[in-house]
Amino acid sequence: MLRLPAALLLPALVVLLTAAVALALTLGTVSLGPALWQALAGRGDDVAATALLELRLPRVLLAVLIGAALAESGATMQALFRNPLAEPGLVGVSAGSALAAAIVYTRIGVDNPAGPWLLPLAAFAGGLATAALVIRLASTDGQTRLVTLLLAGTAVNAFVAAIVGLLATRADDPGLRGFTLWMYGNLGRAGWPEIAIAGPVLLLIALWLPREARGLDALLLGEAEARHLGIDVERLKRRTLLLAVLATAAAVSLAGIIGFVGLIVPHALRLVAGPGHRLLLPASALLGASLLTLADLAARTVASPAEWPVGALTSALGAPFFLALLLRLRDRAGLT
Amino acid sequence: MTGLVAHALAFAPGTPRRIEGVNLGVAPGELHVLLGPNGAGKSTLLGLLAGDLHPARGEVVLDGRSLADWPPMALARRRAVMMQRESLPFPFTVREVVGLGRLPWQRDDASPAEQRKVMLALEQAGAAALADRRYPALSGGERARVQLARALVQIAADDAGDQDPTGRYLLLDEPTASLDFAFQHHSLITMRRLADRGVGVLAILQDPNLALRHADVVSLLDRGRLVASGPPADVLDAERLSAVYGLPIEALSRPDGSLAQLIAGSER
Repeated sequence: MLRLPAALLLPALVVLLTAAVALALTLGTVSLGPALWQALAGRGDDVAATALLELRLPRVLLAVLIGAALAESGATMQALFRNPLAEPGLVGVSAGSALAAAIVYTRIGVDNPAGPWLLPLAAFAGGLATAALVIRLASTDGQTRLVTLLLAGTAVNAFVAAIVGLLATRADDPGLRGFTLWMYGNLGRAGWPEIAIAGPVLLLIALWLPREARGLDALLLGEAEARHLGIDVERLKRRTLLLAVLATAAAVSLAGIIGFVGLIVPHALRLVAGPGHRLLLPASALLGASLLTLADLAARTVASPAEWPVGALTSALGAPFFLALLLRLRDRAGLT
Repeated sequence: MTGLVAHALAFAPGTPRRIEGVNLGVAPGELHVLLGPNGAGKSTLLGLLAGDLHPARGEVVLDGRSLADWPPMALARRRAVMMQRESLPFPFTVREVVGLGRLPWQRDDASPAEQRKVMLALEQAGAAALADRRYPALSGGERARVQLARALVQIAADDAGDQDPTGRYLLLDEPTASLDFAFQHHSLITMRRLADRGVGVLAILQDPNLALRHADVVSLLDRGRLVASGPPADVLDAERLSAVYGLPIEALSRPDGSLAQLIAGSER
C-alpha cells in the first residue's frame, strides 16, 4: 500500500481529532450548536453550561487522553514483543484491574465512605500489581525475557479471570450489574477530580513514548541487533513497558476496559504510515483519541437517553475491522 | 594496542556450547575467516567478540579497551555485527532497514548525506535494486545482502567526524549463507575492499575454498578450541581438515605448488 508522508498524515489526523472533539461537544441529549461557544466562553444559559462543563467536556477530554494513551501503549507493546498482535493486556494489566474492580463491586460495595475514589484506586493498584508480578516472573539477572513474559502473562491472566468468575457467580445482583458495566467501559464515570489526577499522567506518557521511537524501531530488528546499534536494550524494555503499563492501568481505572483501540489503531496506521515509530506513535495517539471520542459519542447518542458501554462498542466495531484487515493481508504473505 | 582481541576466552565450560582458552585477534585491515564444523562454537565465539555473551574467563579488548568499558553508542560506531538469523515481522522498506544502521550516529537520517550513505552501502552489498522493496517480502539471500548493507553503513565514516576507517570492525556470522555463487564472491570482495581500507573484518564461513580464495587469516575452531590460526594455505591443510571434519579431504595444487582448492569426500 502507498505510504502517506508525515507532512500529510499528521495534519489530516489533527483535523480529524478537532472535528471529532467539536462534534462530541456539540451533540448529545442537549444539542449545543452556537450555545457551545457561549458556554465555553462562560456566557450563555445554565443548562448548556452545566451540560458542557460538568458532563461533556470531562468526558471528551477523557476520551482523547485515554484513546491516545491506549493506542500508543498498543504500538509500544507490539514493538516490545515484535508482534503486531500484542497489547498491554498481555502482561495482566486489564485482568488485574478487573479483579480489583470485581472485589470492590461484589465484596465491598461502591456505596461506602471511601466513596468514588475506592474503585479507580483499587483498579489502578490491581492493574499495576498484576503487571509487576508478571514482569517479575519473567525477569532474571536484570533481564526481562519477552517470551517468558508472554507465557507468564497468559497464565496469570487465566488465573485472575478464574477468580473474577468465581467472585461474579457469588455476587448479589446490584454488585454484578455494576461490575459488568465496569467491564465494558464507560467514559462517563470519571469527573474533574479524577481527570485532574490521571489526566497529566496520561498526557505525559502520550508525549513521552514518541521519544523512544528510534529505540523501538531498532528493537524490531531483534534484541541483539538493537544492542549492536548501541541501544541499552534492557533499560529501553523496562522503561517503555512501565510507561505502557502505567498508561493502561490509569485508563482502565478511570473508564473500565476499552478493547481493541490499542490493537486496531497502530495496525491500521502501519498500512499508511509504515512501521517506523517516529510517525506511528504520534499518529496512533491522534487516531486513537479521535476514534475513542467518536465511539463515545456514538455510545451516548445512538440509543439516547440510554447509553451503550463504549468498550463493547469499540470491540464490536474493532473486531470485524480487524478481521477484514487480516483477511485482506492474508494472501499477501510477509506483508503483515 | 589496536585490534579486536580475545584473551584466553572461556565460556560455558563443560557444555556443548563451550569455548576453551581461545586467543584470537582481528587486526585493522585484516579479513579474518572463522571456519569449523557445525557446533564447533563459531557463533558463540562471535557472540563473545560482539559482547552479546559474557566470558566465564578471559576478556575481549577492542583497541586497548575492554569491551565492557566501551560506552554502547561509541562501540556501535566502531563495530557492526551481522547475525545469522534475522526476522523482521513489520513492513519496513529495505532503505529503512539499512537506515537503522545509522542510528548510533544520531544524525538526521532523512538528510541527503545520510541517504547517500545508505545507497552506497546497498550498492556495496549488491542490493541497490532492492532499495524500495518491503523487507519481509525478500528472499533469504536478498535479506542477507540487506543485512550486510546495514552493517556496512553502521561503520561508514561520518562526514562530521574522522574519515579514517581504521579502528572499525565488522563481525559477520555466515554472511554468505543462502547467497548464490556470484553473490558469495561479491560479498567477500566487498569485505576485501573494506579490509584494504583498514576495517578489521571477522567472518564465519562454511566453505574452506571461499576462505582460501579471499582471507588474510583463517582460524579453525573445533569443539570450542582453536585448532589452528594463520595464513589460509597453512591452516587449510588437507590432513588437518580431514581430522577436524571427519571426512577425507584432498588438496589440489597449482603448477607452482600453491594450494588451489580443497575437494571433499573423494575416496581413493
